[in-house]
Amino acid sequence: MKKEITLKINGEEFTKEVEPRTLLVHFIREDIGMTGTHIGCDTSSCGACTILIDGKSAKSCTILAVQAAGKEITTVEGIATTEGAHPIQEGFKENHGLHCGFCTPGMMLRAIELLEKNPDPTEEEIRWGISGNLCRCTGYNNIVKSIKYAGAKLRGDELPSTEPEFVE
Amino acid sequence: MIQCKTSKEIGGMGHSMKRKEDDRFIHGKGNYTDDVKLPGTLYMDIVRSPYAYAKIKNIDSSEALKIPGVLAVITGKDLEQYNLHWMPTLMSDTQMVLPVDTVMYQAQEVAAIIATEKYIARDAREAVRVEYEVMKPVVDPFKALDADAPVLRTDKPDKKDNHIWHWEVGQKEETEKIFEEAEVTVKEQMHIPRIHVASIETCGCVASYDKVDNYLTMYMTTQAPHAIRTVFALVAGHVGLTEEKIRVISPDIGGGFGGKVPVYPGYVIAIAASFLIGKPVKWIEDRSENLQADSFARDYHITAELAGTKDGKILATRMKVLADHGYTDASANPSKFPTGMFSIGTGSYDYPNAFMEADAVYTNKPPGGVAYRCSFRVTEAVHAIERITDRFALEIGKDPAALRFQNFIKKEQFPYHSPTGWEYDSGDYEAGLKLAMKGVDYDNLRIEQAEKRKKGELMGIGLSTFTEIVGAGPSKDFDILGIKMFDSAEIRVHPTGKAIARFGTKSQGQGHETTYAQIIAEELGIPAKDIQIEEGDTDTAPYGLGTYASRSTPTAGAAAVMAARKLRDKAKKIAAYLLEVSEDDLEWEPGKFSVKGAPEKSKTIQEIVFASYTNHPQGMEAGFEATHYYDPPNLTFPSGAYICVVDIDSDTFEIKVRRFVAIDDAGHIINPMIAQGQVHGGLTQGIAPAMYEELIYDDDGNILNGTLMDYLVPTAVESPSWETGHTVTPSPHHPIGAKGIGESPTVGAPPAIANAIVDALKPYGITHLDIPITPYKIFKALKEKGVLDKNIVES
Amino acid sequence: MIPSTFDYTAPSSLDEALKLLHDFGDDAKILAGGHSLIPMMKLRFAEPEHLIDLNNIPGLSYLKIEGGMFKIGAMTREVETEESAEIAVHFPIFADVAKLIADPQVRNFGTLGGNLAHGDAANDQPAVMLALDASVEIAGLDGRRTVGIDDFFYGFYSTAVQEGEILTEILIPIPSGRSGNAYHKVERKVGDYATGGVAVHLEFDEQGICTKAGIGLTNVNPTPLRAVRSEAALVGTSLDDDAIASAAQYASEDCNPSSDLRGDIDYKRHIIKAVTKKMINKAKQRAFKN
Ligand SMILES: Cc1cc2nc3c(=O)[nH]c(=O)nc-3n(C[C@H](O)[C@H](O)[C@H](O)COP(=O)(O)OP(=O)(O)OC[C@H]3O[C@@H](n4cnc5c(N)ncnc54)[C@H](O)[C@@H]3O)c2cc1C
Ligand code: FES
Ligand code: FES
Repeated sequence: MKKEITLKINGEEFTKEVEPRTLLVHFIREDIGMTGTHIGCDTSSCGACTILIDGKSAKSCTILAVQAAGKEITTVEGIATTEGAHPIQEGFKENHGLHCGFCTPGMMLRAIELLEKNPDPTEEEIRWGISGNLCRCTGYNNIVKSIKYAGAKLRGDELPSTEPEFVE
Repeated sequence: MIQCKTSKEIGGMGHSMKRKEDDRFIHGKGNYTDDVKLPGTLYMDIVRSPYAYAKIKNIDSSEALKIPGVLAVITGKDLEQYNLHWMPTLMSDTQMVLPVDTVMYQAQEVAAIIATEKYIARDAREAVRVEYEVMKPVVDPFKALDADAPVLRTDKPDKKDNHIWHWEVGQKEETEKIFEEAEVTVKEQMHIPRIHVASIETCGCVASYDKVDNYLTMYMTTQAPHAIRTVFALVAGHVGLTEEKIRVISPDIGGGFGGKVPVYPGYVIAIAASFLIGKPVKWIEDRSENLQADSFARDYHITAELAGTKDGKILATRMKVLADHGYTDASANPSKFPTGMFSIGTGSYDYPNAFMEADAVYTNKPPGGVAYRCSFRVTEAVHAIERITDRFALEIGKDPAALRFQNFIKKEQFPYHSPTGWEYDSGDYEAGLKLAMKGVDYDNLRIEQAEKRKKGELMGIGLSTFTEIVGAGPSKDFDILGIKMFDSAEIRVHPTGKAIARFGTKSQGQGHETTYAQIIAEELGIPAKDIQIEEGDTDTAPYGLGTYASRSTPTAGAAAVMAARKLRDKAKKIAAYLLEVSEDDLEWEPGKFSVKGAPEKSKTIQEIVFASYTNHPQGMEAGFEATHYYDPPNLTFPSGAYICVVDIDSDTFEIKVRRFVAIDDAGHIINPMIAQGQVHGGLTQGIAPAMYEELIYDDDGNILNGTLMDYLVPTAVESPSWETGHTVTPSPHHPIGAKGIGESPTVGAPPAIANAIVDALKPYGITHLDIPITPYKIFKALKEKGVLDKNIVES
Repeated sequence: MIPSTFDYTAPSSLDEALKLLHDFGDDAKILAGGHSLIPMMKLRFAEPEHLIDLNNIPGLSYLKIEGGMFKIGAMTREVETEESAEIAVHFPIFADVAKLIADPQVRNFGTLGGNLAHGDAANDQPAVMLALDASVEIAGLDGRRTVGIDDFFYGFYSTAVQEGEILTEILIPIPSGRSGNAYHKVERKVGDYATGGVAVHLEFDEQGICTKAGIGLTNVNPTPLRAVRSEAALVGTSLDDDAIASAAQYASEDCNPSSDLRGDIDYKRHIIKAVTKKMINKAKQRAFKN
């Protein structure tokens, strides 16, 4: 039995019929056609599917589309504003926080909530804060740096250097 | 400090230019295979074997076919009718696409479902009933060679055992003699376990066959689109899919690391299904399928030995390998190198003699033998050599750093001829280790360690000073399925001075769209931001062998340089014509030619390009385009000096990597930011097998950890904060002196970590632990040594 | 991985939910945070025909102090206990445990009620609740009952919550005097289920003598385990080294771990011993920090 649901994605309202078993990530990717949210596992382990539901970071592969009825969802497609990239997007680009880019949307959305709750996190807090998001490419150093940069930008503080640092 | 010849505006070599590809990724506009949507697409799901070795008695698809939306259930018998049920592996062995009667490993493809929706295909998968007659599998590679072991490859009529090949290199007799006479010999048995690349994007494809045009467009997760097209043509040419009728498109790739080099059965089945039905067929594997069935890496059992003198001079090494290849030899190696680059096994040390041999066997495990971010088995060699070097230092009571300095190949010895037949291009190993020791404050760490030991605290310091071997490779030795391992670049500069360049390689995150543009910018002075890079479409890109084994910069990067230099020669002719001087009177600085002694008389590259379309000298070909196929004269030999510091909890044995300093030497660096990013990533893929990852099988050939719940990919918490640096020893034979960087850290880090952990446990007489080294393994080792609290162990 | 088909209802009151549960009987399952249930459904280890989603029922998510009890609504998310300053006053153990449960996204959804009702000895909250001597309130069509935590865990995926019932609240007695608690687990990597975990809660009298000790163990027994002998070894002592050593030793002897990828039985006993000792010390330190 299909159910009709109405929800907002990136500010736009959608009403669709879905099977109750439809996973939210498939709903977003297939029914809505926004493919920036990715799938990297089948055991809720990788975080590639992370989105925000009413501002809370969530693994959209472990939530049913029907559960999102009435909610506001934010995906990577919805974080930039008319003024341009979101500070977290700028942070990732300026600090080489991505290689293949597959983990990046989930990583950024998780970081947005992290920074909302903890505007000036330590390196340790960032590392624990993104422990539900796997990245196979970057070794995480520059992801940490990207999130620090975005934090500074969001706080209105002086931006940290984006130059790579080397053992000399 | 890295010196740049070009301005920041041009952004040639040495600039930490921000990546050009990032905008689409950070806005969610990447286009990965699963994002490809074609009208009328059907979905494929695969029924897989629950058993490692079994006869298929019957496949009953009737219930599955009753589900509305299910169009077909394809079995090996169906493919057999078209002779599509077998395919060649990259090592010229054979592999089933779908089995006709026997399954050879757990999770092997048994049948494929084609349905109108993904969810329906999955329901149908559960509804297919397969009857098996289970057989006792061969799981242990050592037992595979027993006289009474069942012969697995009964499809090969001549095969009387499970032995695949024997390989050897070096000075057998001399080495044996040295071992007989040496003052000191050491030996360790090591297993470099089976691991999996686990790129966050799994594998998949959309096969779209157009019946009217007899034309196949294949979107797929491949690191080597051209080579794959050739393989498809070899498999399916006889049904009319010849090479000009196949277009392979490799869209954005969510990480490769070698796992996206092979041809997996799923791709071929999707093609067959699309061919038969005439509609696009999408297949995206699950993570569990990816871990359980796609190519593994490593799985070498190595006996490593070293002979030397009491005061630390290394004399010879001997290594014997048993390679578990699973059900078929599907290694992604150059054809003439069944063990890949394993023969680099004398590493950074000046060994007078060496002997290495290997035997490969079939077992009932998935086939594979891919890189996992390394150059063809070099990681296995480096692990063995760096471990046994430390073992030797331990035996004679010498500091492992001092021992390394004593035995390094010296800067003056390059080009250096190794006893296993390689010519190392260049290196300065002492400089690297000195910088690493300074960076980590080695001497003080040893003092701290001595104090901690007195208190019973476990702290370890581990070194790895390795040599990589990348950039395959020179065509006289290197081919895959007969295709020589050159690579290519094509540069087209438009009349307004902006360019597009196409390559035979394929980035999976390495940043080619930026670094290739920087290489061309360096050579032509056209700003890198004005150069568009395109890869991964066989209809447009020049033929190349793809991206793996750190070969892109050494081969395609060099091709770009050579193509750009052809264009610069042309530019010079045009400039001479425009300035009405002889070519000899011209001087080049990035971006323009000017007249010697009259710098105000000059032509920019943009003016020259424009002239090549509007006002070129009579008799000269119009336009501004060049292509180059680069056949490297030699491999390149990057190196590294890594130092790892660990603290181990003396109660729970939880291991903390306190510091890790990595100094790499990859010759000239194109983009320091990207190079460093590659090193960070490689290091995390180094700690992964060193401490966390291993594919584990039970005696029945069942995989015990085929999901990301139990296959332990490190998070940001396990991964330490890496400290990196570099020394620069250019490759003398590469046109811009670059060597390739992306994989060194994955190669060099595991032994540094293992050496550090073993060093921490030195007071307890532990001389070796196989990776992954976990708290549990430390516990077992200490228990065996009898140093644990008796109470608990006996309770 | 995709679940098999089912029907879905999201009632807006507890009564409605209980009625639905009653009507569907065995075929229905409750959906709380969904972070144990949905993964199992994706793997088709669980194939309920009806899902009854509790998320639209108001009044099931709260942290409050009432009648000497700390009360946690069943639908309270892990993240709320992790971040609550109120709970941290008496129970810093919740920040310890939450940090080690899965990852932030899972903790945004996973509920305290679900963590207990799932009945999995690998989950971490059960050991904490044992240490804190909690009880749970269970509602059925016939009314509500309270079950002590020692009577709650029946077996693998099986608890005192019977067919047709819903766990509604967790009650934790607030210690009156000096107290401290702590949790740690050894895990193969962050987010992993425990190789072995230990929750310790201690209360002391004016003289610094231990008057109450609660010790719960994670994933080393078919059900979450109370380390009874260990608790007894501490009560009445001033937690001298000997008492702590015996408590740790008893815990390691009394658990019944099984051998798996995380380690063999000896190793797990070793871990339990080491972590019990560490957590007793940490709980003690917290109790005496001011
Ligand atoms: C990747 C991952 C890692 C995890 N790691 C850990 C870990 O390390 N430690 C840990 O403790 N947990 C872990 N979990 C589990 C997580 O904490 C779950 O959220 C928790 O176990 C269940 O809570 P839930 O609210 O999500 O319950 P659900 O999944 O909704 O339900 C679980 C079960 O309990 C029943 N149920 C739920 N609520 C009630 C109720 N109020 N009354 C009656 N029955 C109810 C459901 O019917 C179902 O059978 C992990 C989960 C994931 C996905
Ligand atoms: S896809 Fe991996 S956590 Fe959702
Ligand atoms: S950038 Fe590739 S997985 Fe993170």
